Amino acid sequence: MCPGSATALASQGVTAAQPGPPPLEPDDNGPLYEARKKIYPQNVSGTFRRLKWAMLVVGLGIYYFLPFVRWDRGPNAPHQAVLIDIPGRRFYFFFIEIWPQEIYYLTGLLIIAAMTLFLMNALAGRVWCGYLCPQTVWTDLYIAIERWIEGDRRKHLKRDQQGWSFERAARAASKHFWWLMIAWWTGGAWVLYFADAPTLIKGLATFQAPLVAYVFIGILTFTTYTLAGWMREQVCIYMCPWPRIQAALTDEYAFNVTYRYDRGEPRTSLKKAATLHAEGQAAGDCIDCLQCVYACPSGVDIRTGPELACIQCGLCIDACDAVMAKIGRPTRLIAYDTDVNIERRREGLEPVYKIVRTRTVLYAVIITVIAAVMAYTMATRRNDGVNVIHDRNPLFVRLSDGAVRNGYAVHILNKTLETQRFALRISGLPDANVEVIGGELHANGDPVIDVGPDQSREVRVLVTTHQRLDPEASIPLTFTVVSSEGAVAASAADHFLAP
Amino acid sequence: MDDRTKKQDAPETQVGTTGHEWDGIRELNTPLPRWWLWLFYATIVWAVGYWIVYPSWPLLSSYSNGVLNWHSRAVVATDLAALQTARGPMMAKLAQASLQDIETTPELLDFARALGRRAFADNCAPCHGSGGGGAKGYPNLTDDDWLWGGTLAEISQTITHGARSGDDQGHQGSMPAFGRDGMLKRDDIVSVADYVRSLSGLSTTEGADLARGAKIFADNCAPCHGPQGKGSRSVGAPNLTDQIWLYGPDTKTIIDGVWNGHGGVMPAWGGKLDPVTIKALAVYVHTFGGGE
Repeated sequence: MCPGSATALASQGVTAAQPGPPPLEPDDNGPLYEARKKIYPQNVSGTFRRLKWAMLVVGLGIYYFLPFVRWDRGPNAPHQAVLIDIPGRRFYFFFIEIWPQEIYYLTGLLIIAAMTLFLMNALAGRVWCGYLCPQTVWTDLYIAIERWIEGDRRKHLKRDQQGWSFERAARAASKHFWWLMIAWWTGGAWVLYFADAPTLIKGLATFQAPLVAYVFIGILTFTTYTLAGWMREQVCIYMCPWPRIQAALTDEYAFNVTYRYDRGEPRTSLKKAATLHAEGQAAGDCIDCLQCVYACPSGVDIRTGPELACIQCGLCIDACDAVMAKIGRPTRLIAYDTDVNIERRREGLEPVYKIVRTRTVLYAVIITVIAAVMAYTMATRRNDGVNVIHDRNPLFVRLSDGAVRNGYAVHILNKTLETQRFALRISGLPDANVEVIGGELHANGDPVIDVGPDQSREVRVLVTTHQRLDPEASIPLTFTVVSSEGAVAASAADHFLAP
Repeated sequence: MDDRTKKQDAPETQVGTTGHEWDGIRELNTPLPRWWLWLFYATIVWAVGYWIVYPSWPLLSSYSNGVLNWHSRAVVATDLAALQTARGPMMAKLAQASLQDIETTPELLDFARALGRRAFADNCAPCHGSGGGGAKGYPNLTDDDWLWGGTLAEISQTITHGARSGDDQGHQGSMPAFGRDGMLKRDDIVSVADYVRSLSGLSTTEGADLARGAKIFADNCAPCHGPQGKGSRSVGAPNLTDQIWLYGPDTKTIIDGVWNGHGGVMPAWGGKLDPVTIKALAVYVHTFGGGE
């Protein structure tokens, strides 16, 4: 960006190569606070606009309709494909069910998400900001509604300048009504992820839903309406941390939405350019028509170089391409390009492309490794489990006949959707007597414990031995639970402690 | 990088500097967004609203109540009431069921043990230890040796009425101070201590006259501890022949016990805890592993 601006300035007669910094001029009388400048983004059509529409339809389609997808899990589990069951402490995602202690899957997802964000940035800049971020998507939708009711840039500007009239008030009311409807639907869809969607909708319609549902719909309605209707680019500029981080993560080989000043400068009007060309002088392709600025939803001028407010949505590319096509100059004066290539073109060198760089490889490897580990653990994870906690007080009990007993809390997990009968076996201490408080005795001598579908159960297990043990001996024990089918067996290790 | 700095400082940014400069980097005087200012004012308005609605200002002897009349104590009371309501059905079942039924019904057993664990930690753990392991003078509740009986009913009785607690129905009887009160002479006590150790197969002092000890035991100790030293649950006299010692098996401790006597107190919890909690406690203690 930087050399570009310098050239631009030079072309405008501003001395960029001035020796030494300009004198300091403290601006004590300037405003401390700045009103938001209302942006009237102009509608454009082209590749990136179509891409954004496609992303919007797919993204919002998934968000609004996913809660209604059903998934048959049998009689002992909910039938909603995606459900965050907070009271039941389960997360259901199609064929996957996550228990609270498996939260590390979420950790893995978050790391993958962060690395994907970094990778996207290393390859093509703020792809997330421009096409995928909910703030962008909903703002885009709200701008479309605004355009539909109040007209495109020029019409809207003119209407706003004409002062208040009944018609303008009616239009404003209509716009806010539709904004609020979308916001309300957004909040409504959010709560459907946390309860059975059809039941909750019925409850909401008959005002019988839990209060928390109404509260969250209210909160989401408010935030959607405020952030997408009123705050828009202010969110990206002042609230979001990503633009700050992004600027620190990018490099000269990353594709970014860039004004190619090597081609565009010096910018001149169409007429003057013809004159200059006739005189054999240089003139850039940019005709300073400002269409890129008018199309920008953030209100930035891409020609001053990349900046924090630019979300790289590509709409200025579409706007500029339309103009270039009309005046018969090559398109993509504004394009996805790299810092290094702009510089090379200016120097008359061939552009170079380096997709495979240390950082892109590193991000891709991290993503692949974590995804592979997650997929592997997910595929091989067990449907049962056992945890053992040795009594901490007392560590051992001496009985009246001199025998020694240890107590354990044995926690058995049954992640299947049917009741399972587990037999408990303890190995490591021959001739030990095993007693389960509240457990029945199985025919072959092993104590058995029933655990309900998709539940866990903690039982108290007492192990007693009459063996003579070395003082302060610690004997390793293995606790194994075998389900009635015998197919699955989980085990955990602990110790038997002697006085 | 150099150019970037230049660009920021260029007049075209239309933003002045604050006049601060560090190593050639000058701070632009970029104004804050105005909505941020409004947000700041909104927080002030919110604070004033908070003063009016909630308790906030300290006064001379109390504090400003707030129009909602909100009290954290009332919130706790509401939460506790909600908890009682939520537990209601299970508590009712627990109140109905006999102690034996509770132990044989997994659902009731889990609930009673959970309830008992909490009550035990709050009330019993200071003396008996967090897991019922006991301490010197405070019985271990996890072994199979019981001073007053280890069935569910007996445990429940002991919890409700206590031992030497002053409760009419509480357990009575204590170890007299044979030495201090002049009932036995010093060498008698040394002899009897050796004899008591021999009952559970522990070593005795060299040259100890066990026959003399046995005679003294039969005359003085047998009425409570029994002729074989097996103890008596009606008076809470410990079994002296097993491996479990409330105060310790060493000769000095035994002599000290016979000289000064013992009389540890178990409070009566009947008046302090509700019957359902006592039921849960009895089941919890019984399932430590020593229950009879």
